[in-house]
Amino acid sequence: MADTAHISEIDDRKFTLNFGPQHPAAHGVLRMILDLDGEVVTRVDSHIGLLHRGTEKLLEYKTFLQGMPYFDRLDYCSPMNQEHAWCLAIEKLLGVAIPRRASLIRVLYSEIGRIMSHLLNVGTGVMDVGALTPITWCFEEREKLCVFYERASGSRMHAAYFRPGGVHQDLPQPLLDDIAEWCDDFPKVLDQIESLVTENRIFKQRMVDIGVVDEKTIMDWGFSGVMVRGSGLAWDLRRAQPYECYSELDFKIPVGRNGDNYDRYVCRMDEMRESTKIMQQCIELLAKEGPGPVLVPGSKMAPPRRAEMKNSMEALIHHFKLYTEGFHVPEGETYAAIEAPKGEFGVYLVSDGTNRPYRAKIRAPGYPHLQAMDHLCKGHMLADVSAVLGSLDIVFGEIDR
Amino acid sequence: MSNYVESFGQLWGPLLVLGQIALFTLVLLLSIAFLLLLDRKVWAGVMMRKGPNVVGPFGLLQSFADFGKFLIKEIVIPAGANKTVFILAPILTCTLAFASWSAIPVAPGTTSGTSWVISNLNVGILYLFAISSLGVYGIIMGGWASNSKYPFLGALRSAAQMVSYEVSIGFVIVTVILQVGSMNLTDIVNNQDGGFWNWHAFSFQNFPLIIVMFPMFVIFFISALAETNRPPFDLPEAESELVAGYQVEYGSTPYLLFMLGEYLNIVLMCAMMTILFLGGWHGPIPLGEDFVRDHPFLNAFAGLFWFMFKILFFFFLFAMVKAIVPRYRYDQLMRLGWKVFLPTSLAAVLIVAGYVVYMGVQS
Repeated sequence: MADTAHISEIDDRKFTLNFGPQHPAAHGVLRMILDLDGEVVTRVDSHIGLLHRGTEKLLEYKTFLQGMPYFDRLDYCSPMNQEHAWCLAIEKLLGVAIPRRASLIRVLYSEIGRIMSHLLNVGTGVMDVGALTPITWCFEEREKLCVFYERASGSRMHAAYFRPGGVHQDLPQPLLDDIAEWCDDFPKVLDQIESLVTENRIFKQRMVDIGVVDEKTIMDWGFSGVMVRGSGLAWDLRRAQPYECYSELDFKIPVGRNGDNYDRYVCRMDEMRESTKIMQQCIELLAKEGPGPVLVPGSKMAPPRRAEMKNSMEALIHHFKLYTEGFHVPEGETYAAIEAPKGEFGVYLVSDGTNRPYRAKIRAPGYPHLQAMDHLCKGHMLADVSAVLGSLDIVFGEIDR
Repeated sequence: MSNYVESFGQLWGPLLVLGQIALFTLVLLLSIAFLLLLDRKVWAGVMMRKGPNVVGPFGLLQSFADFGKFLIKEIVIPAGANKTVFILAPILTCTLAFASWSAIPVAPGTTSGTSWVISNLNVGILYLFAISSLGVYGIIMGGWASNSKYPFLGALRSAAQMVSYEVSIGFVIVTVILQVGSMNLTDIVNNQDGGFWNWHAFSFQNFPLIIVMFPMFVIFFISALAETNRPPFDLPEAESELVAGYQVEYGSTPYLLFMLGEYLNIVLMCAMMTILFLGGWHGPIPLGEDFVRDHPFLNAFAGLFWFMFKILFFFFLFAMVKAIVPRYRYDQLMRLGWKVFLPTSLAAVLIVAGYVVYMGVQS
């Protein structure tokens, strides 16, 4: 006689679905194995590593300056913010203070990066619940920001503009004027996007009470950034442990209340408005304080001026050594973190006193967020998986590294 | 000789019908080509893009280029698929979509009470309802035969969805039939002559019914969106969840047939709304009996114009909705269908029936 009890034990009516990596809503190369009970998700198993490039290991074989462009390729939605963390870590070990103008430019472009990242996330997040129009509106603005990137660094995306000791080059005044003009127009564009999405009933039905993050989840899984602020906790590194000149700038930290997808969306929209204000303040301060050096002058991190190299042997040698051997960083270890658009982006740097890092560990905000997918999606429906995924703001460049 | 003429006379009827069918098919296919472009242009306009603008002036020939591309591509049938059903599904969808058009009257006839229609069925509305209900088979067959998980989920969703919304569509149609007292589509249209205030959406001839009929009109429009799998009810082919739903494994001509069927159904729904609620071929202001008597052909073409214009209006609404709204979740969709639309339309049927019985209907 057949053992029927045994069969029913195996047959638990699971429907396994392979979500990605070619799925249009997988945000890059995420692969998830979903266990479904009808339309209800019972388990999410995230598979990562399809974009792994070994960045941390590569950094050990590059000089500190050569390692910098790798940070553009982590969270490629806001490249300069990552560079910032790397530069801060090196400067901490070196113990240098960067010039005032460089600091303002860094903050200006960090906020541009924040808006770039949030525009992309809001656009795709709304697309994940089926509204296909807002993303084109977002991208139109994002495109303008890419042009600002290009005008500062020569590249729309992989800028390599922040350098240990400051930034690569000074900004021309017409560029600052154009950014100021953009800052005036941008809130109106945000209003337009909000008019289509924020109060939309279907959008609210899809987003409210989905993917709720409570305080315990935040602590247990190590969340940061909007994932924390959406739940009503005003945790922002720009305020909590200020770096650069954030402490003297006037901006608010938007927080949500319920910690669901909707609150996170609203937080991101408000953060963009606050970032615009920060940018305006930076431009004002840049104009007020006038021109100045943008790399620590006369230091070993700054290349000598062209004219100087024509006459001075030392300058020529310095130039050659800087771009071949690179500068040496004193022995020690440090951790530098910035408030990246997606959360706390940190670099743990160990130097053995040579021209290359002994070890560089990157703390990507998306990694702990993605870990919580199973926790957040369990019991929700299939359609909510992509909504939650969009709300986590996942970028695979930084998760897979 | 006379024998020959006689047999030709017998042939004349079927030949005429064949000619009508050919004409309908041709006109429909041509309109779909341009309506598709309109859909994409409206969508592009909302997104602040240009839309198709390369093939022909203003991209007018884009649909024909797409058509050619679909025809030339190789038909790929997945290894695990049930070949017969896989191929049959899109053919079924497309055929059914065409078949329903045989009962649609498009313009007034030259003699009173007739119309331009292939088959003037006395149960025309039932026929339409039956054929459009069959449409779900194409999707289920396609989803099942693909032997793949996303299409399968898509097929399950669409089966549930189309059945749910057909119920409320059915009740909405009943409210109209109760007023007209006939299931003949030509009669339904002719019941709404004499100006836009007589259209069923406004129902001025039975004035108190406007409070029922206008909401019914709206419910029919929303249900039509669900019935044709258009956003916000495009769950069977939800891009961010199911990639393309039941169409995932389809490409080339079978995909073309699916898409053609889908758009034919959309235009059919637009035509049904026009006939049931917006007075069919009747213009907003009546032309007057003298004019109709003196210029029957002019009247017919004016009717055809109004019919097409109203379809275009509804199609524009369909396109705008697609561009603006997010997508419902599966359970929300079911809730809307069963808990909101069904009770509302059922109550409307009761009210209209009560009105017809106790107050007497004016037509």
